Amino acid sequence: MNDELAIDVRGLVKRFANKTAVGGVDIQMPRGAVWGFLGPNGSGKTTTIRMICGLLKATEGEGTCLGFDIRRDTDRIKARTGYMTQKFSFWSDMTIRENLEFVARLYRLPDLKPTVDETLDKLGLTHRQGQLAGALSGGWKQRMALAAVTMHRPQLLLLDEPTAGVDPLARREFWDEIHAFASDGMTVLVSTHYMDEAERCDRIAYLANGKKIAEGRVEDILARSGLITFRGEGADVRRLSELLKGKPGLDHVAYFGAALHVSGKDRSKLQAGLASVGASDVVWQEVRPSLEDAFIALMSEAGADTRVHA
Amino acid sequence: MNRVLASLSRVWAVFMKELVQMRRDRLTFGMMFGIPIVQLILFGFAINTDPKHLPAALVVEENTPIVRTLVKSLETSGYYDFVLSTDDPRQSADLLAEGKVAFVVSIPAGFTRGLIRGDHPQILIEADASDPSASSNALFLAQTILSQSLRHDLKDVTITQAGESDPFELVLQPNFNPERITSYNIVPGLLGVILTMTLVMITGMAMTREVEQGTMENLLAMPARPGEVMLGKILPYVLVGAMQTAVILIAAQVLFHVPFAGSLWVLLLGVTIFVIANLALGFTFSTIAKSQMQAMQLTFFFFLPSLLLSGFMFPFRGMPGWAQSIGEVLPLTHFLRIVRGVMLKDASFEQLHAPFLMMSLFTAAVTAIAMLRYRRTLD
Repeated sequence: MNDELAIDVRGLVKRFANKTAVGGVDIQMPRGAVWGFLGPNGSGKTTTIRMICGLLKATEGEGTCLGFDIRRDTDRIKARTGYMTQKFSFWSDMTIRENLEFVARLYRLPDLKPTVDETLDKLGLTHRQGQLAGALSGGWKQRMALAAVTMHRPQLLLLDEPTAGVDPLARREFWDEIHAFASDGMTVLVSTHYMDEAERCDRIAYLANGKKIAEGRVEDILARSGLITFRGEGADVRRLSELLKGKPGLDHVAYFGAALHVSGKDRSKLQAGLASVGASDVVWQEVRPSLEDAFIALMSEAGADTRVHA
Repeated sequence: MNRVLASLSRVWAVFMKELVQMRRDRLTFGMMFGIPIVQLILFGFAINTDPKHLPAALVVEENTPIVRTLVKSLETSGYYDFVLSTDDPRQSADLLAEGKVAFVVSIPAGFTRGLIRGDHPQILIEADASDPSASSNALFLAQTILSQSLRHDLKDVTITQAGESDPFELVLQPNFNPERITSYNIVPGLLGVILTMTLVMITGMAMTREVEQGTMENLLAMPARPGEVMLGKILPYVLVGAMQTAVILIAAQVLFHVPFAGSLWVLLLGVTIFVIANLALGFTFSTIAKSQMQAMQLTFFFFLPSLLLSGFMFPFRGMPGWAQSIGEVLPLTHFLRIVRGVMLKDASFEQLHAPFLMMSLFTAAVTAIAMLRYRRTLD
């Protein structure tokens, strides 16, 4: 057991009645980092998080969370982690303040009132403390949930798609909060399927079909994918995409807005392929491959389903 | 025409959707057939408003052929089952209060001599009339049974006084509820019924609501133990139960003038155990039901036999053996014995130890099931 690791699990498998949700995942996550947990819907992110914090019993595999066994010591793990569920799971018929007070009592926090006041203030919820949680908009709900799961100063914060359905400004503010907690020494694991959010993490792990297919810093994953990407813009791109698909050397063809991204690993084949369709009005230009391109490449290498939900 | 067809096809779409959803919810589907079947069986076979074979005690201070004939005639009527025969009146006194017998039939010494002399000697039948309907037929028919049997027996004997009237005097003593007022029996029982219905349902829904609204995941993610959650969830409803009890007891006194013969403390102890029994049961239901709807259905499924087989609506002793066995499991059955015993019969705790014990056993068993079934994970 490595005490420097906040999460140290090996070979986690979770099988439900008729399907394998997680098929052997290893995670060694050091303390004090902000980790992104990426992957399409149904890739096993939520199930993995639930196994780590003791909400689900792993079918196979073992490991520790904050140094405690994930099978036996779930009470201690629960006392030291904050888990924010994907679906808002606070009491909608209670006010923000009542929800926070309940959580504070359950964790037996000393000085109930000042602690709740401070939490409300820190997350800018003071003027809304009397509102029913159920009546809040998506962004405020997430803010309240974050307040509730961090009030007991957990060592590890597990956030399951905290920004799903939240507007861009609220998302940005939310990430600022996450980094503020990290700079206080909390270890944070955030699952998301927004690719842009991956760039806000120190490291990311990518899950697909219940398996981890990549892990590391964003630049490393991009480099490891070995992709070269060209971006084409012009009136003809829609017609071109059909022609380009399936050409040798052109591994991935995908729309990015009105532009077309064509990626491959072999530069000469890629250029030859682009030239062969001969569309004069489309301008090609090499760009940095996006993380999405890289993941699609990694997934097709792993033989996985290549649908990516953005 | 087209608009009618279009409307019908939309009705069809909703109809099909409802069928699909109905099939998905197995418990509800089962209840739709289970409840009518249970009702048919209970009303058809278990309920009998003319109870026979009621346990009775016999106090005879003389043993003559005529007395034997009288006792025999009561037995052959089918209403009286003599479970105890004694010549000591004191021995039978407690039995009525404990509810072990429904009647005590006393034939005093010198009865036969007095009969032949034409002195109109007395036969005394004391009845537990706390439930007037349970004892009424047996009491009503006693005069006819006894006089017919005597006529048959005495046709050869010269009776001093001829004529239409019977040669003996039957004294009926309906104890505990002398005026045989139905509400005296119903209102204390209602306390049990109301507590059962509301408390089982409220706790049943309290836990399923957490699951349905998704807050269960949050509750499980925090460091709370099953016993702690259960206790915390149940305690507020113990208060609710206490308030309901106060309201009903006050109403019983003020509106219905139900006598309160026994000890309030014994009753309150009974109420406490009974409330906990129902709350634990509701909690168990909530670990089985997947939705609040299902919790309500389970409650109803439990409530139906409680109402019918506990002796609340129909005489317990009128039911066949299997129905009585089911009734013996239900906490309401035992609570009714306690509440009616205390309020109407001035029964002491010692006299009620059996229902107290049974109710406590039920509570312990259900609590254990609830604790075992409460899942600490989302598996």
